[in-house]
Amino acid sequence: MSDEATPAPHSVMLDPEKCVGCTTCIKKCPTEAIRVRKGRASIQPERCIDCGECIRTCPHGAKRAVSDPLSIIAGYRVKVAMPAPTLYSQYDEACSVDKVLSGLLELGFDEIFEVAEAAEIVTAATKELLVRDAASDGGPKLPRPLISTACPAVVKLVQLRFPSLIPHLAPLIPPMEAAARIVKERLHPGEDGVGVFFITPCAGKVTVTRAPLGYARSALDGVIGLRDIYLPLRAAMAKAPPRHLARAGRKGLEWARAEGECDALGERRSISVDGIPNVIGVLEALENGKLSDLEYIEALSCPAGCLGGPLTVENPYIAKTRLRNREEAASPAASPAVGYARPGLDDLRWTQAVRPRSALVLDPDLSRAMIMLEEIEIRSEGLPGLDCGSCGAPSCRALAEDIVRGIAVESDCVFKLRDKVRELAKELMALEEIRPPGLDR
Amino acid sequence: MKLRFEVGGEDFSLAGRASSELKRALSRLGVGPELIRRASIAMYEGEINMAIHAGGGDIEAEIGEGRVVMVLRDEGPGIPDIGLAMTEGWSTAPDRYRELGFGAGMGLPNMKRNCDEFEIESAVGKGTTVRMVINI
Repeated sequence: MSDEATPAPHSVMLDPEKCVGCTTCIKKCPTEAIRVRKGRASIQPERCIDCGECIRTCPHGAKRAVSDPLSIIAGYRVKVAMPAPTLYSQYDEACSVDKVLSGLLELGFDEIFEVAEAAEIVTAATKELLVRDAASDGGPKLPRPLISTACPAVVKLVQLRFPSLIPHLAPLIPPMEAAARIVKERLHPGEDGVGVFFITPCAGKVTVTRAPLGYARSALDGVIGLRDIYLPLRAAMAKAPPRHLARAGRKGLEWARAEGECDALGERRSISVDGIPNVIGVLEALENGKLSDLEYIEALSCPAGCLGGPLTVENPYIAKTRLRNREEAASPAASPAVGYARPGLDDLRWTQAVRPRSALVLDPDLSRAMIMLEEIEIRSEGLPGLDCGSCGAPSCRALAEDIVRGIAVESDCVFKLRDKVRELAKELMALEEIRPPGLDR
Repeated sequence: MKLRFEVGGEDFSLAGRASSELKRALSRLGVGPELIRRASIAMYEGEINMAIHAGGGDIEAEIGEGRVVMVLRDEGPGIPDIGLAMTEGWSTAPDRYRELGFGAGMGLPNMKRNCDEFEIESAVGKGTTVRMVINI
C-alpha cells in the first residue's frame, strides 16, 4: 500500500500511577483506539487521532498530553510567544488581552505574535481559495463543501474514518503554523536563535508539530500547554507593567470558539460543528451525499471549540462569555501587518498530500479481510452484547474484532468465562460421580 | 458475507444505519474511498426512500469477491411509472418530508448514478425491489 501514511506519533501519555484500569476512556474514544490491559489503559498509536477525548474524560487525571515545559525557551536568543486566542478567555475580566500579553513578556518572552492575527490571515486565504477555485477554468477543482483543516483531530479523523472526504479538506496550513512562519521568515528572516513557542489548549497540536499534516516541517520550536503556563502567567501578570500589545482583531479572536471561523469567514452556506460525535454525524451526512449545497464546514473536535480543549483550565462556557467580551473590545477591522508583508493564499497552501490511514483495515488482502470480517460477525453474535467493557475493549463487537485480529481471546469476556467455568464445574461433578470399577458397588 | 437490516417505516431516527454499517464493513475490508462513498450514497438514498415512501422494508447487502450487492425490498405502494420516477427532480415525497429537506426527487437517479448495475422492479399495491451492484 504505497498510498499509506506512516503511522504518526501521538501526544497522549498515560500516568500508570493514576490509571485504575476503569473503562471510561475506552468507551469515549471515537476511533476505539484504547484497550485496558493488565489493569491499565493502553493506546493503539495507529488509531489515535489526538482528539484529547480521553484526557478530558479520565476521572482520575491519568491521561496527559505531552507538551514542552516553559523552560524550553531558555536556549533561544529571541524568545517569541505565540498565544492561542483561547488563552485570553482563561482569566477573569480584570485581565485584558494587553495584560495577558504583558504577563508573557514578564515571564521571559521577548516578543509576541498572536495566533489570532495569523487566524485572520488564514481566513482571508480561505476566502480567496473559495473564490479563486469557483472561478477556475471548467468549474471548481475542489469538491464542496470544503472542510476546515484548522483542527488536527478532524483531519486525522477524516484520514482514518472518512478517507473519501480527503479531497474536501481545505489545503491550507493552520493559523499556528502561519504565525510561526511569519515570525521566522518575515519578521526575523535569516536570523539564528529565534525560537517560536505556541501556547495551546490543544493536545493534537503537539503531535502535528512533530508530524505535520499537509506540509513537511513545522516552523515551531515548542508547544507549551496552556494548563502548564496558567499559574506562572497569572503570577507574572500581577507584576507586569501594563503595556499596549494586543493587535489581533475580532475576527481572529473568534477562532477560539465554535462558529468563530465561520463568523470570520462570513460564509452563510456553512456549517459549524463541534464535539467529536457531532463532527462524525456531519461527516457521515456529507459522505452520504448530503450537504453538497454548502461551501464550508468548520469542524472542531472539542465541545465549544478550542475553548473546550483538553489543556484548558476554565469551563468552556464561562470562557466563551469572557472571549465574547474580549471580541467586543477588539477592533472589528483586521489587524494591520506591522513590520512584515502579509502572506497570501499561495504562501499558505499545503505542499504535501494528506493520505488515508488504514489502521482499521483488517488485512491488506481483500479475501482474507473478508473471511476475518465474517468471523467477526459470527463471534460478535456469540458475545452478550452488553458492551460492559470488562474485557478491556469498548464493545462486544470491538472484542470480536480483537479476537479475530489475534490480540484478545474469547475468555476475556467475563460472561464467556463464567459459561466456561460452569461447564467445567458440570464436568467436574460428572467426573466425581464416576467410581473406579473396583469400588463401584 | 451478508449484512441484513430492517428499515422502520416513518422512523427517521434510525435512517442511515444501514449505510453506516455497510460503510464500516467496507472500510474494514480496505475498499477504496471512492467506492465506499458511492456505496454509502446508494444505500443511504435507498434507506431513506424506503422509510419515506414504503413504510419500511428489508435490506440485504452481500459483500463478495469483487462486488457489493444491495437488495432493498419493501411492500409499499409501488411505483406506477418507473420511467418518471427515474427522472431527475421528480418527487412524490409528502410535504412534511420535503420540509425536512428530504424528497428533492434525487433518490432513484442518484442511486443509479452511483452503482455499476441498477435494477428496479415495482408493482402497484405490492411493493418495490431495488437491486444495486457496485464492483469493488
